[in-house]
Amino acid sequence: MIEVGQISGSLRKRLIITLIGGGAVLAVLIYLIVRTYATQIAQQGQDSILGASVTSILDAANLRKGDIEIDFPYASFSMLKTASDDRIFYAIYQDDKFLSGYERLAKMNPKTGTGSTFGNTIFKGANVRLASASRTLVGEGLRTELSITVAQTRDSLNGTLNRIGQNVALFGAGFFLLVIILAFWATSAAIAPLAQLTSSITRRGPHDLSPVISPVPREMAPLVFSLNKLMGRLDQSLTRSEDFIAEAAHRVRTPLATVRSYAEAMLQRVEKEENRRAMRSMIRAVDESSRAAGQLLDHAMITFRVDNLDWRTVNLSELVTDLVIRLTPIAEMRDVQIKLEAGEAIQVSADVILIQNAIRNLIDNALKYAPQESVVDIVIVANPRPEISIKDEGTGFPNEEMHILANRFERGSNSESITGSGLGLTIAQEVAEAHGGRLSLSNQVKGGACVTFSF
Amino acid sequence: MKFLLVEDNQELARAICYRIESDGHVIDHAPKIRDALVFVEVGEYDLILLDVMLPDGDGRDFLRQHRAKNRATPVIVLTARSQVSDRISLLDLGADDYITKPFDHAELDARCRAVLRRKSGTAQPIKKLGDVAFNPIAGILTVSNIDVTLRNKELRLIETFMNAPGQIFSKQKLFDRLFSYSDDVSENAIEVYVGRLRKHLVGSQLRISTHRGLGYRLDHD
Repeated sequence: MIEVGQISGSLRKRLIITLIGGGAVLAVLIYLIVRTYATQIAQQGQDSILGASVTSILDAANLRKGDIEIDFPYASFSMLKTASDDRIFYAIYQDDKFLSGYERLAKMNPKTGTGSTFGNTIFKGANVRLASASRTLVGEGLRTELSITVAQTRDSLNGTLNRIGQNVALFGAGFFLLVIILAFWATSAAIAPLAQLTSSITRRGPHDLSPVISPVPREMAPLVFSLNKLMGRLDQSLTRSEDFIAEAAHRVRTPLATVRSYAEAMLQRVEKEENRRAMRSMIRAVDESSRAAGQLLDHAMITFRVDNLDWRTVNLSELVTDLVIRLTPIAEMRDVQIKLEAGEAIQVSADVILIQNAIRNLIDNALKYAPQESVVDIVIVANPRPEISIKDEGTGFPNEEMHILANRFERGSNSESITGSGLGLTIAQEVAEAHGGRLSLSNQVKGGACVTFSF
Repeated sequence: MKFLLVEDNQELARAICYRIESDGHVIDHAPKIRDALVFVEVGEYDLILLDVMLPDGDGRDFLRQHRAKNRATPVIVLTARSQVSDRISLLDLGADDYITKPFDHAELDARCRAVLRRKSGTAQPIKKLGDVAFNPIAGILTVSNIDVTLRNKELRLIETFMNAPGQIFSKQKLFDRLFSYSDDVSENAIEVYVGRLRKHLVGSQLRISTHRGLGYRLDHD
């Protein structure tokens, strides 16, 4: 079962959004700054021409016999010529008295001798830029102030500004696009080590708890460090449990072996039938407890492994053949013959140790319940699904108990004379279920038990 | 056959030695790896019985050293540990078989026989008595040039008799030798196997005589 913790947002999304958002703000800023700057420059251009025009007109003014005479230089207006045929207006004042031009053109009050003053206004329904300048004329006892305002519509300027604006907007959009691409690339590059770590951990088998050693970026080092520490602890606790199980078996069985050898030696010397029976019961009790201890610990190990199966591809025929070779001496002791019908290689995906344990328990059972000089049949079939059937010629399962025999510590009512812990079938059943298969018990028509372990 | 037992548990060792000697074999006992290394240096053994946990080290180390020196003597490991993976690693290290303590002597006997049968090939010992030849490893009895393959119990029975011809064995003794304690049969079952052996020995110089109240004896005409 794989549980996923709570997911709060995505690192990738967050990074991308931040980068793209920053890029957007930057693009807008660039647009605004370039546009303002361009407007300023264009305005300065217009202003300097307007200023020059005003100055040239002022320069052409003369005071003659008390009258002001202005001979407009040709250049004073021609210099204002633009591609968009902007209109030009002018107004001339003498000491605030309108002299000539467009009277309604707003008058500005330029300070004498400080060059031109500029401003914007609306005149005849058009946006105009105006420049004003004044000059003091002195002559023949007369001192008069002459102010001139020249205005020009802004069509050409606006046209230029729009063109610049468009270009800047295009540039901004391009910049933004580039930022988006960079954002995705940078995010992938930043997240790649994380993805690598994840895949390197998911690719491992369940029993691979070695630390992660491939180099990781500094920011991830604390995470990997904690992960390694956690895996180390887990590995230690797994090893400790497995060691414990093996050690426990050793501790229990070694003294039992001693007791058994004493009892056996004693039995050689005892002749009285009654005492012999007692000694034999004692030896059987020792066998029973050692078997139970072994199976309890096997069962513990199996419960332990079932949560974390170590899947491998196994050749079932080969595995069972090996088991049969190992168990043949036991069968020979009672002159039981094991007949194995294993066809060609049957590949299954399974935890080898568990399957070995389960099948060994089943064959062991069959050998125990088989009468002397009988045959135990083992048949492996591949279709419709991989299945191992083990049949003996014993008394079979008691019909009314068939469904409970696989329960823990449950033993058939006909098994009193046989040593057993009641865990063999439980182990086999748990292993079958952990592999998505099942264990079924039945009796053969001709008598004898049949146990089928299917995948 | 000559056996070497490497086992630190004195009681268990004594019991194993007793059983193996009464099967007609020779057995040396080494309580430590150090002693065992000396024994294999000096003597030739047909089979080594090796405990895994020894006071001066791990039996697996002995096994590794033993195999590293290219010695082919078969090894059966006696282990009290129960892990399946443990057993697999023992076999990987070159053990020929393992047996879990506490074990029935009949099982040890069966495992030794199986290992020797796999390992010794043609060089199998033949015991001869009169006109009867017996191969204890393959379990073949040859009477008047006809080979009979014996069942396990018949084999153990004839082996017991042939190791001590002329000695009377009580039913009880034979029973202890033939059956494992988990077999729930009466001591009278011995009669069945004696009957079968007699049938195999028909026409030979050997016969099994019954001594009422005492037991059975193998006689040589």
